[in-house]
Amino acid sequence: MSTEPPVTEMAASSPPLAGVRLEVRDLEVRIGAAGPDVVNDVSFSVRAGEVLGIVGESGSGKTTVALALLGHARRGLSIRSGEIRLDGLDLLRLRPAQLREVRGAKVAYVPQDPAAALNPALRIGTQLEEALRVHPGTVDNPSGRIAEVMREASLEATPEMLRRYPHQLSGGQQQRVSLAIAFSCRPSLIVLDEPTTGLDVTTQRHVLDTVRSLCRSYGVAAVYVSHDLAVVGGLVANVAVMYAGKIIEIGSTARLFAEPVHPYTRGLLAAVPSPERAELLTGIEGQQPRPGRRGGGCSFAPRCSFAVDRCSVQTPEAVSIGGRIVLCLRTAEISGAAASRPAALARRAATGAPAVLSLRDVSASYGQTPVLFGVGLDVPAESCVAVVGESGSGKTTLARCIAGLHRDWTGEMSFQGAPLAAGARQRPKDVLKRVQYVFQNPYTSLNPRKTVGQIVGQPLEQFLRLSFRERTERIATVLDDVSLSRNFISQYPDQLSGGERQRVAIARALVVEPDLLICDEVTSALDVSVQAVIVELLRRLQRERQLAMIFITHNLALVRNIAQSAVVLCNGAVVESGPVEQILEHPADPYTIRLISDIPQLAVAGSAGGPDGPIRSAVRTQPAARPASQPTNP
Amino acid sequence: MAAVIPGLAPAAQPPAVRARRHQWLSALRAAARTTRGAIGLGLASFVVLVAVAGPWLAPYSPDALQTFPYGKPSGHFLLGGDFLGRDVLSRVLDGGWILLLMALAATAFGIIVGAAAGVSAAYLRGLSDGIIMRTIDVILSFPQLVFALLLLSLIGPKLWLIVLAVGLSHAPAVGRVLRSATLDISEQDYVKAVELQGVRPARVMMREIMPNLISPLMVEIGLRLTYSIIIMAGLAFLGFGQPPPTPNWGTMINENRIGLSLNPWAVIVPALLIALLTIGTNTFTDAVARVAIGVERRPEEAALIDDLGPRDTG
Repeated sequence: MSTEPPVTEMAASSPPLAGVRLEVRDLEVRIGAAGPDVVNDVSFSVRAGEVLGIVGESGSGKTTVALALLGHARRGLSIRSGEIRLDGLDLLRLRPAQLREVRGAKVAYVPQDPAAALNPALRIGTQLEEALRVHPGTVDNPSGRIAEVMREASLEATPEMLRRYPHQLSGGQQQRVSLAIAFSCRPSLIVLDEPTTGLDVTTQRHVLDTVRSLCRSYGVAAVYVSHDLAVVGGLVANVAVMYAGKIIEIGSTARLFAEPVHPYTRGLLAAVPSPERAELLTGIEGQQPRPGRRGGGCSFAPRCSFAVDRCSVQTPEAVSIGGRIVLCLRTAEISGAAASRPAALARRAATGAPAVLSLRDVSASYGQTPVLFGVGLDVPAESCVAVVGESGSGKTTLARCIAGLHRDWTGEMSFQGAPLAAGARQRPKDVLKRVQYVFQNPYTSLNPRKTVGQIVGQPLEQFLRLSFRERTERIATVLDDVSLSRNFISQYPDQLSGGERQRVAIARALVVEPDLLICDEVTSALDVSVQAVIVELLRRLQRERQLAMIFITHNLALVRNIAQSAVVLCNGAVVESGPVEQILEHPADPYTIRLISDIPQLAVAGSAGGPDGPIRSAVRTQPAARPASQPTNP
Repeated sequence: MAAVIPGLAPAAQPPAVRARRHQWLSALRAAARTTRGAIGLGLASFVVLVAVAGPWLAPYSPDALQTFPYGKPSGHFLLGGDFLGRDVLSRVLDGGWILLLMALAATAFGIIVGAAAGVSAAYLRGLSDGIIMRTIDVILSFPQLVFALLLLSLIGPKLWLIVLAVGLSHAPAVGRVLRSATLDISEQDYVKAVELQGVRPARVMMREIMPNLISPLMVEIGLRLTYSIIIMAGLAFLGFGQPPPTPNWGTMINENRIGLSLNPWAVIVPALLIALLTIGTNTFTDAVARVAIGVERRPEEAALIDDLGPRDTG
């Protein structure tokens, strides 16, 4: 890759602003001193005012690269070789004391989870001062600078705000404080590690706008790490796609999105759901090899639909094609193949079937804090209802009330004509069997000490008296239905990838053949490519088994693929409900309109970094009446 | 899958993961592989070996008068004589197994009672939690040795009562530790998932929660075993052991301390064995705890877990 000129110099869309600020060459990070490589052969450069996106599934090494830009390797890892030049200064050659001076002042880092990154015991004013105090002389007037940087990050620079503690801010505000801290010393490079992953679409959009305008106005080079192509697309001029520790495709965002060359990039793009039309989502099956098990040849070959025999033997070299660099043996052969547009799905109108579940005037609260206000909802048999809303809108609470996990609610719920008791323990066994629940996070919903067979078999044991043989047979059948083989029966959850875990959770819910399935944000903890696979799976199962389903999500783009009707929740109340097409195409409520316009799409930012690129004014997004103590989604 | 690369075949699981069926064993094995664990295990097994094989190796009867009271060590009597002139070596070799056995039994009893109390208090909450925890508070307000002495002086020095008293004196501490561990676990989604199936609380505790308490349980077992040995030996020293002629390391220290200047070995050797045993079990327990919380993981493993582990967005 070193023989190629840095890609950004070739990218036609980047305007001739200042020169290259960050240049990374042949970065290599290994486990221990001589262990397997985590990141290998990574080279790129970023100009002033420009944002480079690094995209990949979890485990691709993107965070390792991001941390290496600060001269840091996590415990157990070491940066073996390469250069990281920031304004000509090689960070990897600095002594620890020099590196400390550079960090924070010249290179700043914005972590993924602001709630974990901000010290909960210090006021945000103190935390903002800290950065400036550690690096005296970087700015002339520290207190003036704090007010300035707060305004730039779209936060009120009032004394009351500075006196607040992190827990008194919303997630979006916390992330803005992180951004303000990062920008306070006017760094040359800012590294953003999935800063919007935990935020809902609207907040996410505004944080992204803030990042973009800050980078532009200061001429800061930025590296933005994300697993979500759609988020990156609207923000960055150039994208690097990482897989198994290597950059497999890097080039200008516009070109890369319009004509992806590498099969992995194609797969990632096909996995992003579109709010425009219902499509058959095609995820990427399988999982990427871990460091030390990457073997010879191309790491992607086992999952690649273009792979031929030599792919598993021969290690691909970087090839420059059409203004970008691709790491694929068959670049020349496959670059002509058009990026396959996902097939559109036939519309399935909401059926006029009688409601399996109906809610009337359901209100719920956590102790003294009311969360839901008079929610009404009907789930017709054999159809899927999506419940959509931002975080804090009460959608998870609603799901937990229906399932019987949250008992503190009033109103009426009836399931198949009979009223539902508040808590699961008060409900008859038969009702428990008919209503099944899939949890948000497959990393916490499977008992780590039980095998897949035990986990999936547990409801069978509880509800049905089956012989060992019948039970094993049913477990195998349901695993088959969720596209897992029988071999998984004896495996433990930590041997599975996130997507496989979520399939096990779905299998556990389906094994007793319920009538109603509640899916609570089942894809939010998963990579986009895996999300596509899971959504397709649910869509197929719902149709095959004629399930009634409640699909809770904050991602409106997913709704069209899976649901026939939708309910939009805002601050605990239903603001709009109806068929999916109607809500997505002719939204009536301003809140719905805003949610839809905030969906990150695969559209490319109009030459971000250029003078004519549209800068959306960063508006404060704090929803009006949200008490600071409101519990977030558990 | 277009091509199968040998290293990527799904069957290739690391052996550490495969050994999961025997989680208790694998935790112990991992601990034994650390330096700390190996030293601890070595010390403890040496003392256990002395106690178990001792009765067969003893050159003389432990109860017979063989030499002079506090006789100096000689070729016939390697560690000399005790206050009545019995062979110290024979008494040392014979006096360990019963102490060990009683310590084990007391530990098992204490762990079972403590775990049952702690786990059910945390999982059931409400009234059960209040009653169990206040009872524990009352028992905790007596020092362990005093609590055991209290029971013994009420009923008399019976062996089963010593075991019971020592075991019961462990239960409150064990209960507290397991209660806090259970509080975390019972909020996990996988417990909620089972509750949603209408599974009865006792079953949830046994099948879902207990398997996840292995690490704190292992640590508690080791720690309580150490304390049991100390308290047993202490009770024997205070005269609440087996009745006189039977040898016992704790009793030996008490019996022979008056003649410390005449034949120090009669006190030093049993004391040393008790010390080695407690140091050994304690060190090994420490190693188990470190393995369980991940301090002693090799850096490569730690890095892999940090780098590739789940993104926790819970």
